[in-house]
Amino acid sequence: MTYLANDNGYYGEFGGAFIPEMLQPNVNELKACYREIINSHEFKQEFIGLLKNYVGRPSPLYFAKRLSEKYGTNIYLKREDLNHTGSHKINNTIGQILLAQKMGKKRIIAETGAGQHGVATATVCALMNLECVVYMGELDVHRQEPNVKRMEMLGAKVVPALSGNKTLKDATNEALRDWINNPEDTYYLIGSVVGPHPYPDIVARFQSVISEEIGWQLDEQIGRTSPDYLIASVGGGSNAAGTFFHYLDDEKVKLIGVEASGLGINTNETAASLACGDVGFIHGSKTLLMQDHDGQIIEPYSISAGLDYPGIGPLHSHLFKTGRASYLDATDQEALDAAFLLTRTEGIIPALESAHALVALNKIKFKPDDVVVVTISGRGDKDMDTYISKM
Amino acid sequence: MGRLEGLNMNRLQQKLNDKKEGLLTVYFTAGYPNLDDTATIIKELEAAGADMVEVGMPFSDPVADGPVIQQSNLKALKNGMSIKLLLEQLKAIKNEVTIPILLMGYINPIWKFGVEKFMAACEDSGVTGLILPDIPLDEFIRDYQPLYEKHHLSSVFLVTPQTSNERIKQYDEVCTGFIYMVSSASTTGANKAVDQQKQIEYFERVKSLHLKNPTQIGFNIKDKDSFNRACEHANGGIIGSAFIKKLAEEGELETKVKEFVKGIR
Repeated sequence: MTYLANDNGYYGEFGGAFIPEMLQPNVNELKACYREIINSHEFKQEFIGLLKNYVGRPSPLYFAKRLSEKYGTNIYLKREDLNHTGSHKINNTIGQILLAQKMGKKRIIAETGAGQHGVATATVCALMNLECVVYMGELDVHRQEPNVKRMEMLGAKVVPALSGNKTLKDATNEALRDWINNPEDTYYLIGSVVGPHPYPDIVARFQSVISEEIGWQLDEQIGRTSPDYLIASVGGGSNAAGTFFHYLDDEKVKLIGVEASGLGINTNETAASLACGDVGFIHGSKTLLMQDHDGQIIEPYSISAGLDYPGIGPLHSHLFKTGRASYLDATDQEALDAAFLLTRTEGIIPALESAHALVALNKIKFKPDDVVVVTISGRGDKDMDTYISKM
Repeated sequence: MGRLEGLNMNRLQQKLNDKKEGLLTVYFTAGYPNLDDTATIIKELEAAGADMVEVGMPFSDPVADGPVIQQSNLKALKNGMSIKLLLEQLKAIKNEVTIPILLMGYINPIWKFGVEKFMAACEDSGVTGLILPDIPLDEFIRDYQPLYEKHHLSSVFLVTPQTSNERIKQYDEVCTGFIYMVSSASTTGANKAVDQQKQIEYFERVKSLHLKNPTQIGFNIKDKDSFNRACEHANGGIIGSAFIKKLAEEGELETKVKEFVKGIR
């Protein structure tokens, strides 16, 4: 596949591993073994088995009849919201926990924003009986208290990140610092297609189960394997990477990512890294990110804590730069409207992140016979406070 | 490649050539505690007898740093420090100080400033060496080393207890300043309990490689004792967080710098 990482972790000009020597041994160890492990028969059997029997995969590909009528086309929803723990995040944490186990690691660390990845990590650590420490910005700890309690109930230790603006970027910094301080027995379980090589590749591969299923599910339902459009929301970009993965080289399929523009791309309150960013380095990866004229990273803003990240995975920077994928943006208000529309037309309350993807339906002119797949990356339970306040 | 000889030596290489023992390098964050303290701190460090000064370029996301240096970075940025301003401040004292000056920092602000423009401005401002820990070695050799050479800047590389001998030798091959030995697996100023036996084994392991470059030990060097121990195993020691803490105290800047260096020497 031409759009995937080369051996040095580069997607075109983006990616790589820009990390200090303190992190090199850990990252090199992972780089040296991950492909062999995840391609082994034994690993695949375990991974597929857990996705089926524990996560509940395959997730349905649901033809949204009323929504299709409204937009005058054929809309299918890929229901990642129905996974165990409520989002696509569990696909990756199942894969990485098996990888960590095979590498003999005893202690798992992770970063989380809204808490979805933290809960998914705490869940697989409970399942595998491994110690789990989750870093979460202090601000997010207060904003997402139910998820903090879920993680604690699952046996994880939640450590508030006190540095910077005390959100996802700072939680990621703290997790990296923990890894520097614990280089021997600890595995860093990253939650998105970000970070130094090989993480973007690892996470994209584990999430690729989404596009693999879309292929055979479309075939089963309408006798074709490729849709005309694939649409997903993008923060770091893991659910979009998983949605696009098997179609990257199928150039007839239009790939659409939707970034969170917060209050709007022309305000300072935004998380649209592609629309507002330029080339830089964040968390070990060369990619597009939001920074000021002195190269200091700008704190993002979005109503959705899961999209509230100043960078984007290097795969997406590459797809954006080459034009293989198109990226739209959705404001807080547009996302809220889309969430209420889906709820009232299909009886599905989406996560705020996923609601951003639905906004694309308003911005693209579809033909009546187009086949459009939108990934609903998570369910809206965690966002009920926000939704209730807008009712 | 390798170290420049004789007349071609820069100030840093001259110092490393002239003094083989007990080198004291002091780190501070540019723009901390106040925006315009850079010149005073450097002059006082020189007067008090420090051998080299390492100036940190503040960054919003200093992943390799512990709480003390994180705070100094944030404060410095709030004060308005930038690469452009720092280089102007250094240029202004270029002819007033002789102590070798190294800059240390993360790649993102340098990239944004422009890598070649940055190197040229460093040379113009009297900077003699750079410590840029998040550039991978192969990319350093391909994209950065030629610029270092062109602008007479020495390179410094970090190694840790987890770095293999093979890798240490690779760094030594490319290095033109000194090898920066991170004393234990930690962020800066971590102050965590260290297995002394293991640490000495690491120091001795590096010594046994007979590197062509001098070595200095940094991270968790905080007082006279730890500095002296560093000097037993390497050509010198680097102090950062402890100095930043001293700068944060009440009192006149000049006095604080003098007292600090006196406490180490």
